[in-house]
Amino acid sequence: MIKVEGLTKRYGRVTAVDNISFSVEKGQIVGFLGPNGAGKTTTMRVLTCFLPPTAGSVSVAGFDVLEQPLEVKKRVGYLPESPPLYPEMRVSAYLTFVARLKGVPKREVARRVNEACEKCAVANVKDRIIGQLSKGYRQRVGLAQAVIHNPDVLILDEPTTGLDPKQIIETRQLIRNLAGEHTVIMSTHILPAVEQTCQQVIVIDNGKVVANDSVQNLTQRERGVEAVSVEVASREGALDHAGVQRRLEQVPGVSRVQLMESGDGLCRLEVEGLAGRLIRDDVARAVLDAGWRLHELRPVSLSLEQMFLELTAATEEAATEAAAK
Amino acid sequence: MKNIWLICRKDLKSYYTTWIAYSLFTRVALVFGFFFYVAAAIFATRSMQASMMGGGMPMDVNEWVIRPLLMNVAVISLFLIPMIGMRLFAEEKNSGTIELLLTSPVRDLEIVLGKWLGGLLFYCCLLGIAALNLGFLFFYGQPDWKPVVLGFLGLVLQGGALLAVCTFLSSLTRNQIIAADAGFTICLLLWVLDWVSAYETAAWAKVMSYLSLSTHFEQFAKGVLDSRDLVYYFSMIFLWLFLTTRSVESLRWRS
Repeated sequence: MIKVEGLTKRYGRVTAVDNISFSVEKGQIVGFLGPNGAGKTTTMRVLTCFLPPTAGSVSVAGFDVLEQPLEVKKRVGYLPESPPLYPEMRVSAYLTFVARLKGVPKREVARRVNEACEKCAVANVKDRIIGQLSKGYRQRVGLAQAVIHNPDVLILDEPTTGLDPKQIIETRQLIRNLAGEHTVIMSTHILPAVEQTCQQVIVIDNGKVVANDSVQNLTQRERGVEAVSVEVASREGALDHAGVQRRLEQVPGVSRVQLMESGDGLCRLEVEGLAGRLIRDDVARAVLDAGWRLHELRPVSLSLEQMFLELTAATEEAATEAAAK
Repeated sequence: MKNIWLICRKDLKSYYTTWIAYSLFTRVALVFGFFFYVAAAIFATRSMQASMMGGGMPMDVNEWVIRPLLMNVAVISLFLIPMIGMRLFAEEKNSGTIELLLTSPVRDLEIVLGKWLGGLLFYCCLLGIAALNLGFLFFYGQPDWKPVVLGFLGLVLQGGALLAVCTFLSSLTRNQIIAADAGFTICLLLWVLDWVSAYETAAWAKVMSYLSLSTHFEQFAKGVLDSRDLVYYFSMIFLWLFLTTRSVESLRWRS
């Protein structure tokens, strides 16, 4: 549905996006991930024909953004970082205007406006003036604006910023519902949002793609080893934290024990095993045999957050090395 | 074509929903009403004096009231047009809605024409308020209507040309104050450019005089329709709207 090859975008001397390539299949939800200033918004603006690429070829729904921008624009719904709303207009008038602008035939406009309002949960504020709506409603009106012409591709730039937790969950649900008939690209730097909504993740840093994979693969890729988090408490009196750590290090198959948290008569450790060894039961037995209480034992998978920090740190190191040379 | 009308209507409406319309209507009604009152009062006094002294020819309403009033409206429009034109693009750029327009399946030229036309139609509404006053003259007397119609045609053409300038300036900045200020400066300069012809007859002075708005508007106010004046207005509109389209295109690589 979307094909980006060797896309480069420069603003004067600044290279915002540096020779990136990726493709997205129909019906996917793709998380576009990266720190601020990584080039997410720039890439999205190229996809929506707002900015022309400096080099490379970009096609959306089979049309090139430079050759046939009008065809691309007809098939793309776009929610920029700040929703493009006219504060003095009423919600229904605004959506009608956008629908007509995007080429929805006149007799279908009313139906589409109602549908979009239902989908994005703004039907109850249809007759209100946009400028008087809360941030959450405005964001959703922005989303309604993006889906109004039933586009093949939805491009959402940070769709959940400024929303409260309940609204974030609702918006994520909404985006998940939109997938299937639409292909969705959403940028964000909120990682749980990606873990829960997206199927594919493209991590971009300093204008380069540093990872492009499914969420599952990305979080598991880094480790072929089992790691568990263990919380140990003493039966009575103080707990010798160092003693617990030493005891667990002696468990067969354990490669590393790290004391994460320690409190009065309580401590949490992360225990990592050697590759290919299951250590959970041995760790549990060791704790119980030593006469401690086992409060918690759970497997740790590398969170997307850690993965993200590791990936972006790697490019930073590479950049400083390159600069040093 | 549909897109031009769509954008035009949205912009025209927003003058009313943001109360700019009512503010400007009040201003025009007050200022122009005062001008009209003074001009009519002077005319009434003078013609009464003339008839008491038994001076032969009755005074001409067109020459004594309507023509100066049309000139007044033309001068007031130098202040009005920048206020109408300043927001056209600057506001969209500032609020980010320009991103909506530029990512919609609409040509840049359609956006420019739609916005310009929206502003021009609103200006015509303002002229309508001004024209109400002249209605009194037709109600109580029989002035010649042709120069009045031509005069208003001239006002619309001049408004179109100046609005094209202001639309262009508005597309250069995201700050409405700057757009309005630059617009007012250029409008005023275009009006007074003709003054050099008072002391200079060299070729450059003739060019300046030709470029001046007042040279061409005076013809319309007198009730003279000359194709040279039409060419001037239409080429102004064309030139500045063309430049605006270029400027809007350049937003894509400048922003």
